[in-house]
Amino acid sequence: MKVQGKVIKYGDNVDTDVIIPARYLNTSDPQELAKHCMEDLDKDFARKVGDGAIIVAGKNFGCGSSREHAPIAIKASGVLCVIAETFARIFYRNAVNIGLPIIECPEASGDIMDGDTIEIDFEKGSIVNVTRNKEYKAEPFPAFMQEIMASDGLIGYIRKELGTEKI
Amino acid sequence: MRNKDGFQEELIKIKIYNANKVFIAKKDPDADPDIHSVSIFFHTRCLSAEINQGGNRYGNDDDAKNTVLGNDITTPVAVKEFRKIGVNRVFDVNKIAIVPDHFTPNKDIKSAEQVKFIKEFAREMGIVNYFEVGQMGVEHALLPEKGLVTAGDVVIGADSHTCTYGALGAFSTGVGSTDMAAGMATGEAWFKVPEAMKFVLKGKPSKWVTGKDVILHIIGMIGVDGALYKSMEFTGEGVHHLSMDDRFSIANMAIEAGAKNGIFEVDDRTIEYIREHSTKPYKIYKADEDAEYTEVYEIDLSAIKLTVAFPHLPENTRTIDEVGYVKIDQIVIGSCTNGRIEDMRMAAEVLKGRKVHPDVRCIIIPATQKVWKQAMKEGLFDIFIDAGAAVSTPTCGPCLGGHMGILAKGERAVATTNRNFVGRMGHPESEVYLASPAVAAASAVAGRIASPEEL
Repeated sequence: MKVQGKVIKYGDNVDTDVIIPARYLNTSDPQELAKHCMEDLDKDFARKVGDGAIIVAGKNFGCGSSREHAPIAIKASGVLCVIAETFARIFYRNAVNIGLPIIECPEASGDIMDGDTIEIDFEKGSIVNVTRNKEYKAEPFPAFMQEIMASDGLIGYIRKELGTEKI
Repeated sequence: MRNKDGFQEELIKIKIYNANKVFIAKKDPDADPDIHSVSIFFHTRCLSAEINQGGNRYGNDDDAKNTVLGNDITTPVAVKEFRKIGVNRVFDVNKIAIVPDHFTPNKDIKSAEQVKFIKEFAREMGIVNYFEVGQMGVEHALLPEKGLVTAGDVVIGADSHTCTYGALGAFSTGVGSTDMAAGMATGEAWFKVPEAMKFVLKGKPSKWVTGKDVILHIIGMIGVDGALYKSMEFTGEGVHHLSMDDRFSIANMAIEAGAKNGIFEVDDRTIEYIREHSTKPYKIYKADEDAEYTEVYEIDLSAIKLTVAFPHLPENTRTIDEVGYVKIDQIVIGSCTNGRIEDMRMAAEVLKGRKVHPDVRCIIIPATQKVWKQAMKEGLFDIFIDAGAAVSTPTCGPCLGGHMGILAKGERAVATTNRNFVGRMGHPESEVYLASPAVAAASAVAGRIASPEEL
């Protein structure tokens, strides 16, 4: 699978409280959550995402709370992928579990600038910076996680394991 | 997608219920390759099982009573995901705990609907440990107090501060709602085996210095991603000088350094706590002498000063003598980090015979009904109320900007909670300073960040 989009760039330690503030956690509706995604960090976020964008961030993206509402809000807002130098671990597993594409790539995180257009090839683990004509390589996910992602997240994977996928 | 030097790209599943394969002390080629156990964490990375003597597999796992946890924010999403799995019952009605504590007592109609939704699920499934307002407390104070977690347990919780139970020598870690759903259905979760960091604690903390100061000091030293993906292990003779409440505070904030879990070596105080609160059997794991660590830190508890984390990250720490003049509008004393009885006693010791500054709102929230009742019996509420503080029923409330103490634009709070991110307690332009109950209470009196020694 390949995706292409414009980059919205953020710094280190983007926490789950700015991704989706707790005052909106009295709902779990993805579209409702998407309306408020990143609003305490970047009021123009929704406009910037438009029909699809890629977030590139620094270290420890998604630190803080375990709220799955954070990757849900990002996914529902139309973000195609999040690239970061590192991810906080709960955000990382939540993203894998719900099928939000994420890539850990320090080189890409440091090099890509806000507004660049990039193309990601998930099978090859390659990130091409179309604007700057550069390519960055990311390690592929371990096999177990690839299986989860190929099953459209953990629930799909569990359904296969339990044999309930046809129910 | 990571494959750093030394990082073990190993995925394991942990059975979170009793099964023959739960406590495999070493990776055994004869064992099911997909199912390794918590003991792999303990054995290869930090704590090894006593069961390892004389053989390299299977402990007495009959005793394993482990838990899947969720709250009123994370459980609604988990229930929706659970419904998609296609099973009509949970793996064990006794091993799931649902604690509506974040926006409860329900702060608005939407929150009430969420709680109603999960309560109906709990009743439908026959989940035993559903805690209604009146029995409810802040989940990570409640579960140990109810005896639902003991040493050697495995707990996954759809709440990041699930790492708190490491104080009891349990492996416990925060996960998301989908993990909670899968855990409720199957009793399993997937994990990467973490690397471990060792913190060797020495000496005795000085007066007023608590576990909160110790963990803030550590986070200040290693940063909010200093333990990313890793297990933080606390050991050394200094541990004996830390009360269980101190240890809960420390393990609780392991996540604030990015850790997978924080775990303490079990000692007499741990056993005493477990025996007082639980009838469950427990199991003690100790570190191998040749266990590998990515880092080993020695920490002299006697040298730690009262510590405050400035906005907007828990790593922005300053010792009390470095804080300067910071005027304060609100104090919150409570939360899963510092809402236990010792925290209440410490706040009372500072507030006794004193008055909260007229410009300050001081909100005190005992974390559970038991803490509440004990504080009341000890006369602490008389002290709080005479001082001009407000006492609330148990709730996470203001810690995450939910309710019961939201900050206006430009306001500043000193809180005994665990996060000071942008907008955490209210307006995005408000500020939270993290500190111990002693510093919070002293600041309430002074109207600025202060040490109890200054009063």
